[in-house]
Amino acid sequence: MPILKLSDISMEFGGLRALDSVDLSIEEHQIYGIIGPNGAGKTTIFNIITGIYKPVKGNLFFKDINLKNYPPYKIARMGIGRTFQNIRLFQKLSVIDNLRVSAHGISKVNIIANMLGFPNSRREEKQIMLKSGQLLEMLGLYEKGMELADSLSYGEQRRLEIARALALEPALLLLDEPAAGMNASEKIELIDTIKSIRDNMNLTILLVEHDMSLVMNICESIAVLDYGRKIADGDPASIRNDEKVISSYLGMGA
Amino acid sequence: MFLQQLLNGITLGSTYALIALGYTMVYGIVQLINFAHGEIYMFGAAVGLFLVTVAGFSLVPALLGAMTFCMLLGVLVEKIAYRPLRGKSSRLSALISAIGVSIFLSTFMLLIAGPNTRRYPEVVNPTTYHIGSLQLSSMQIIILLVAALLMIGLNLMIQKTRLGMAMRATSEDLEAAYLMGIDVDRIISLTFAIGSALAGAGGVMVGIYYNAVFPYMGTMVGLKAFSAAVLGGIGSVPGAMLGGITLGILEIMGVAYISSSFKDAIAFGILIIVLLIRPQGLLGKKISKKV
Repeated sequence: MPILKLSDISMEFGGLRALDSVDLSIEEHQIYGIIGPNGAGKTTIFNIITGIYKPVKGNLFFKDINLKNYPPYKIARMGIGRTFQNIRLFQKLSVIDNLRVSAHGISKVNIIANMLGFPNSRREEKQIMLKSGQLLEMLGLYEKGMELADSLSYGEQRRLEIARALALEPALLLLDEPAAGMNASEKIELIDTIKSIRDNMNLTILLVEHDMSLVMNICESIAVLDYGRKIADGDPASIRNDEKVISSYLGMGA
Repeated sequence: MFLQQLLNGITLGSTYALIALGYTMVYGIVQLINFAHGEIYMFGAAVGLFLVTVAGFSLVPALLGAMTFCMLLGVLVEKIAYRPLRGKSSRLSALISAIGVSIFLSTFMLLIAGPNTRRYPEVVNPTTYHIGSLQLSSMQIIILLVAALLMIGLNLMIQKTRLGMAMRATSEDLEAAYLMGIDVDRIISLTFAIGSALAGAGGVMVGIYYNAVFPYMGTMVGLKAFSAAVLGGIGSVPGAMLGGITLGILEIMGVAYISSSFKDAIAFGILIIVLLIRPQGLLGKKISKKV
C-alpha cells in the first residue's frame, strides 16, 4: 500500500488551473522526486499535501487517512514534515528551540500542565531536549544549538529546516528544493544527508527539485510535471528516455 | 518634586503598560488592533467593583476574579468576532468587527449598570508612606507591585514555557508554525486570554486608584494604551512595557509642569514627535517590505 496517494487532484487559483488531475503514488521508504519547470505546480502539490490549500477536485490519502478533512497542524502531527523553498525558520528562536517547537506539536502533555511545571511535562521536556540534540548532531548543527537561527549560514539554515521537520518524527518528509542555492560540493553532501536520513530514520522522502542531476542521483521514482499536468512517471532511466520529458523539459539546455 | 512626579508617572504608566501588553501581543500574532481591548479593561474595573461591593470580596480575590472574567470575555470575543473572519476576509473587516465589539461592550455596560460613575469602597487602608521627601500611597505600592509581578510572570512565560515558545514562533511566521504542528487557533485564543487578564488587572487597579468606574472609561485609556504600544513598537512585549511607562511619565510631567488641561495634548504631541523620528517605535523592528 502506498504511504501517500494523490488521485485526480486539481487546483485552481482564480480560474487559473495550477494542477490538472494529478495522480501520484508513493511507496513507503522511497525517495520520490517531482521535477518540472518553474510554475509547473510542484510547490502547489506540497501545499495541498500539507493542507495549506484544499484541492478543488480529487482525493489524497496518507496511509488510510483522507487528508482533505484535516487542518495543517493535524496533518503535521500525523507525521508529515516539510521544509520550504525559501527558508522559513523561526529566526528569533534559538536553533534548538526551532526543533522544540515542532517536538511540542506531537507532545502528549497539555500546554497548561507545561506552564505549571508538572512532573510529566518536565520529564518529557528532558526527552525532547535529548532528541533535539541528537537531530542537531546528525545534521552537524550541535555546536550551534544555543545560537539564534538567523545567525546561521545559508547552508546551516537549510540543514536546520530539515532538522526542524524531523523533530515532528514524520513518516513522510517533504523537501522543497533542498539543493537551491548550493554549490557542487554542498550538493554531494546533501545527497548523503538525505540518503542517511531515509535509512536511519526509516522514513519516506518526497522532494521537489529543479536540479536534474540531484534528482537522477537520489530518487528511485520520479514524476514530471508540466503546466500542472503529470506528463510522465517512473524510474530515473525511463524518465531520461521519455520523449515527452525530453521535449518539454530535458531538451532545454540538456 | 521631580522625583515625586516621576514616581506618580511610573505608577500611572505601569497600568498603561499592563493594558498595552494586550494590544501588542495580539498584534504580534494576528496583526489585528483589538479595539475592544479598552472595553475589556472597563469590564475588569466593573467586575472588580461588583465583587467588592456585592460579593464582599477583598482586593486580591476581587483582582483574581476580574482577571478570570476578562480572560473568558477576551477568548469569547476572539471566538465570536475575529476567528470567523480570519483568513476569509481582509484585515480591515476584522478591524471593523473590533470596533463593533468595542461599541457593543460599552453600550451593554451602559444598559445594565447605567451611565453613572461608581466608586470603589475603601479596599485598601489609605496609608501614606514617606521615603525622604517622597510620598507613596498604599495603593501606589500595590499597583507597582502587582504590575511588576504580572510583567515578570509574563516574561517568564514567554521565555521559558512551551506556550511562550509557540507564541514567539507563531508571531514570526504563522503559516510555518501551523505546518510544524502548532495549533495556531489555540495559541491565538491563549494570547487573547493572557492579554485580557492583564487588562482586567489594570482595570481593577485604576478603578480603585482614580476611584471612578463608568461604561466609557475604556475609550480614552484604551486609546492611550494603544498609543503606548505603538510608542514602544507594536508587536514588541518589552516595547509595550517601556511605552506604557514612558507615556505615563509624560502625562504626569505635563500636568505637573505645564497644565493639567493640556495633559493629553502633551502626551500625544510627544508621541507624534517620537513616531516621526522613529516610526517603528522605541523598541520596534524596522520593517523592510519585500517587493
